[in-house]
Amino acid sequence: MSTAILAQFMAELLSGRIRLVDLTQTLTPEFPTIVLPPELGQAWPFRIEEISRYDERGPAWYWNNFSCSEHTGTHFDAPVHWVTGKDQPNNAVDSIPVENFIAAACVIDVSAEAAKDPDFLLTIDFVQAWEAQHGRIPERSWVLLRTDWSKRSGAKEYLNMAEDGAHSPGPDAEVVPWLIRERNVHGFGTESIGTDAGQAHHLNPPYPCHYFMHGNNRYGLQCLTNLDQLPPQGALILAAPLKIRNGSGSPLRVLALTPRT
Amino acid sequence: MTDATPKPKRKSPVARTRLPTLPPASRSRAALGLARAAAEGRFEMQACADCGAVQYPPREVCGSCLSERLDWREVANGGALIATTTLRHSNDAYFRERLPWRVGTVKMDAGPSVVAHVHEDCHEAGRVRLALKLDRSGQAVLHALPAEDTPNMNDSPQLRETHCDPKHRRVLVTDGRSTLGRAMVKALLDAGASTVFVGDPATWKADAGFDAFVASDPRIEPVALDVTDTDSVDRLAASIGAKVEILINTADHLRDGGVMNARDVGLARDAFDVNVLGLMRLAQAFGPTMCFRAADGTHGAVAWVNLLSIHALAALPARGAWSASKAAALSAALTLRAEFAGAGIRVVNVFPGPIDDEWEQLTPPPKLAPSAVAASVVRGLRDGVEDLYVGDVAEELRARLRDNHKAVERELGG
Repeated sequence: MSTAILAQFMAELLSGRIRLVDLTQTLTPEFPTIVLPPELGQAWPFRIEEISRYDERGPAWYWNNFSCSEHTGTHFDAPVHWVTGKDQPNNAVDSIPVENFIAAACVIDVSAEAAKDPDFLLTIDFVQAWEAQHGRIPERSWVLLRTDWSKRSGAKEYLNMAEDGAHSPGPDAEVVPWLIRERNVHGFGTESIGTDAGQAHHLNPPYPCHYFMHGNNRYGLQCLTNLDQLPPQGALILAAPLKIRNGSGSPLRVLALTPRT
Repeated sequence: MTDATPKPKRKSPVARTRLPTLPPASRSRAALGLARAAAEGRFEMQACADCGAVQYPPREVCGSCLSERLDWREVANGGALIATTTLRHSNDAYFRERLPWRVGTVKMDAGPSVVAHVHEDCHEAGRVRLALKLDRSGQAVLHALPAEDTPNMNDSPQLRETHCDPKHRRVLVTDGRSTLGRAMVKALLDAGASTVFVGDPATWKADAGFDAFVASDPRIEPVALDVTDTDSVDRLAASIGAKVEILINTADHLRDGGVMNARDVGLARDAFDVNVLGLMRLAQAFGPTMCFRAADGTHGAVAWVNLLSIHALAALPARGAWSASKAAALSAALTLRAEFAGAGIRVVNVFPGPIDDEWEQLTPPPKLAPSAVAASVVRGLRDGVEDLYVGDVAEELRARLRDNHKAVERELGG
């Protein structure tokens, strides 16, 4: 039975009836990483140095060394990333059960609201209104926040930094525990630099998405792109981080499988 | 009177670019004592500890009493110009391109009669000041200058061969966002630089003050530049590399933290990435083009300035990782100096004491105003020095390192 389903799945994929959408930003040195006060430890941005390019350093081959943090570019947050998730079982990228790397996704479109208010916060009411239109969020589903933030060009617009810090949308402090308790979601994903809003350090608790999601052994995805190509419900997400021993996260390729409409 | 050097005209795009040539560089080891003085803009000559005779050129023994006890001493630089001649022919490639060239004999108040390059404003039989200058080979030469400053004195073609005046030149300041970087840009504009490319390592930062600063002068051109990103450095070099005549590397990563007394090597790695590898990335991207343009017209590529610290020479254990990066940067800069020597481009190493910025908040005074450091760099470029100790703290530490470096170690560690 399963063999037949997999064969059919491949056939659907080859025929284009199932479409693959790349939700990943290209890793480049200029892609911004999260900015913390300068006296704190900083996440390395992506950096790349050529080892050789068919030259005297290696005549027939081209390759590079690169460096970055676990939280650079489009990346996965494991529960151990946050202090609230430190004692959860299987909370690091190497120990998370592999079946958790495939999950359905609900895409909540707040792009119009975020365009008007960069500090827009997703609320329970907003999610309930979304459910009234698109159906209840199924269990073990990613909730992805479409803000069109990935369409902002350049680090300045993307980070949207003012004198009082970054301004970008995210969930409020009530909706995150509600999604976990009432909908048993798999995790939360965003297009901006973190799963939390730019001003989330002023919420209670600070960084509620990190605080609650990881505290309940759920996952995070950020710096996603192409969310505008996904249906509100029905897409399947493949998001498997690198297998770093006790890693708190990792850059990764995030792919969505969507029915062609 | 010397004519002011006019602003260079636009270059013909089809003319061959003149390649750099150098004046004769070989010196005896004794003669290199002159280079040590000239590198810092001091005037020193060999003097005999036994008979007191001052001698020139430097030798292994005293020319008067054959004593080997020869010291280097600051001596009076005044003298009388007793004869001059103007060369209109030379078999040396460097001088051939620069004829006519005026030389002469000066009877020094300190004793010796010396042959020197003679400034056009010096009058025969008149009083002159002698100065030890580094020529394009990086070797010390004697220049006879008018006893009193004359208008546009520094613009005399012969003297211009010894200095790196930013006037009418295009300068890249690698980090123009820092307090020091901004002061540097301002000082360069005041000195008549024709363009200052202002490197911006954080284009995402919201800073109305910086934006206003960048807009304050049409000669400022902001450019994105992160010296930790090879691609960023390469891209900038590809777009403005052929315009940079002076590069001033102000990029720095100053943080507290020791060697054992640090949680990890993260801070050290960041400091080395900016202060050492950043310097190397800049050198690899901008250096070769600067070498090629070292004799390009009247205002070719001329100098590379590294903002180091006096702690490149004496580790400050409270900032051990940073000190190590500055020491490594100094070592890299000395190699760079050797690599630039063939083109005659001067590498100027600047060793300031603590600068009054946000990272030195808890450092007790005296601290250097960023504008004072910047003014000192401009002065150093105009004077043609290659080692610049800025401020009382730096000068004192330097003197004490010569006197008893063990005392410095113990006191900085205390």
